[in-house]
Amino acid sequence: MNTIWALAKVVVLEMVRRKDFYVLFILTVLLTATAGSVNLFNDRSIVRYLKEICLLLIWACGLVIAITCTARQIPAERESRTIFPLLAKPVTRGQFLLGKFFGCWLATGLALLLFYIFFGLVSASRDHEWPVLNYLQAAWLHWLMLGIVVAFTLLGSIVFAAPSSNGTICFVSAAGILVLGRHLNKVALSLAEPLQSLLYAFYFALPHLELFDARGLIIHGSELIRWDMIALATLYAAAYAAFFLFAAWLVFRRRPLN
Amino acid sequence: MHPALPIALALATALAAGGRLLLWQQSRTQDTGSVFALLLGESRRAFAAQVFLKADAYFHRGFYPSVFDLALPDGKTHMAKETESHNPHEHTQPQHPNRDWIETFGRNFYPSEHRHIERLGEAREILPWLRLAAELDPHRVDPYTVAAYWLRERLNKVNEAEAFLREGLRANPDSYEILGELGRLYAENQRDVPRARAVQELAIAKWIRQEASKPSPDVLAYAQILGQLAALEESTGNLDRALAHFTRLKRVSPAPDTVQKRIDELQAKLGQPR
Repeated sequence: MNTIWALAKVVVLEMVRRKDFYVLFILTVLLTATAGSVNLFNDRSIVRYLKEICLLLIWACGLVIAITCTARQIPAERESRTIFPLLAKPVTRGQFLLGKFFGCWLATGLALLLFYIFFGLVSASRDHEWPVLNYLQAAWLHWLMLGIVVAFTLLGSIVFAAPSSNGTICFVSAAGILVLGRHLNKVALSLAEPLQSLLYAFYFALPHLELFDARGLIIHGSELIRWDMIALATLYAAAYAAFFLFAAWLVFRRRPLN
Repeated sequence: MHPALPIALALATALAAGGRLLLWQQSRTQDTGSVFALLLGESRRAFAAQVFLKADAYFHRGFYPSVFDLALPDGKTHMAKETESHNPHEHTQPQHPNRDWIETFGRNFYPSEHRHIERLGEAREILPWLRLAAELDPHRVDPYTVAAYWLRERLNKVNEAEAFLREGLRANPDSYEILGELGRLYAENQRDVPRARAVQELAIAKWIRQEASKPSPDVLAYAQILGQLAALEESTGNLDRALAHFTRLKRVSPAPDTVQKRIDELQAKLGQPR
C-alpha cells in the first residue's frame, strides 16, 4: 500500500508542477466571466445559463486533465528510462499500475475540487443559495466517471504506441459515450436483426459515463439524488475501473519494457 | 528577371484580391456585423434552432426529449404554445416506459420528470437562450415574440420587451407576428391605444399580403391579431370597428360559436337587428 501511495504522490506532485491545470482553470474562469458579463435584458439574476456554461467547461477540462495526465505516465517513464530502476526495486507491475491510477485519479480529483469551488462561488454570486450537498453529489459522480476514464486511458497507454494517439482515441471515445451512450438503445430498437442485438449488446457492455452526469439536476435546482443510487453508481464505476485496470495489468505484465 | 518583380506582382495581386473581397463583403449588408455570422456563416441558423429548443428545455426544467425521442408532432415548442394560448399547455405526449435497467437507473441522474418553471422569476432563465437564438439567426421570428411575451407578462420588463421586438422588427420588417406582439404590448402594457391600433392594422395588412394566398395560411396568428384588435376597439367604444373585426375573426376562428356570442353582444349594444 505504501508503494502504491508513494507512486501516486509522485504523479500528484507532477501535476501540481505542470502548467496544464492552471491554464485550463484560468481559461474556465475567463470564459465564465465573459459569459457572466453579458447584459441580458438588464437582469443580473439570470444564472442557469452561466451554471450550464461553467459546468460544460469544467467537464471538458476534467476530461482533458484526466486523459492527458494519464496518457503520458507510462510512455514518459519508458522514454526517460526511469521505469527500469523503478521496476527493479521491489515494485510489482500491478503496484506500478495501481500507483499510476490512484495518482492520476487523485490529481484529477484535486483539480475537480478547485473547479467545483469556483462553480459554487459563481452560482452563489447570483443565486444566493448554497446547495452544498447537491454540488458534492455532482462532483463525486464526476470524479467517479473520471476514474473510469483514467483506468481506460491507462489501458490505452499500454496498448497504443504514442500518448497523442491514445489521448485522441480516449477523448473521442469518452465524448462519444457522453453524447450518445444514453440513446444507443433507442437506435438499436430501430434497427433490424442481427444489428439490433449487436448494438444492444454493445450498449450493455459500454461503460455508461453519461450516468455520472448530474449537471442537469444542479443547473435546474432539482432535489438531491437518492444516496442508494449514489452508492450503486459508485459500485458501477468501481467495477468498470477495476475491469480496465485488470485488463491493463494483463497486457502489461508480460510486455517487454523497452 | 529581377527577383523583386515576382514579389511585386504577388503583392499587387494580393492587394487587388483583398480590395475586391472587401468590396464584396461591404456589398453584403445583412448580418455581416454579427460575431456569429463571422464565425459560423450560414450554419449558425442550424444552431439557432437548437438554441431555441434549449430555451424550451429550460422551460421544462431540463426535461426534454432528445432528437432520438419523439419530436413534437406539429413542430412547435411547448414554450411557444403557452405564448400563443396564454394557458399552460396540455401534454398528450405519453412518456416512454423505461426500456432497460440502464435507462431506469440513469433517470436518477438527469431531470426526468415533466415539470415547468414554477416560480414567477424563473421565467427569466429561458431568456439567454432566446437572445442567443435571435443573435444566431436574426431572421427567425419566434425568439423575439416568445421572449417579449415572457418579459412583459411574467417579468414586468415592458421596455426591454419593446426594445427586443423593435430589434426583431429591424431584422424582419415584414413580420406580422412581431407586429402583432408589439401591438399587444402597446395595448395591454402601455395602454397606448392609437399606437396599438396602428401596429395591429399593419400586422393584418402584412398577414394578408404574405399569407392570404397561401394554400395553408397561418390562420392562428391572423385570428390572434384580429381578436386583439377587436377587443381593443371594443374597449375604446368603437363598436362598429370591433364588430367588423369579430366578423372577420369568425371566419378563421377555431371556435366560431364563441365569436358569434361576442358579435351578438356587440349587436345588442349597438341596438342593431340581428
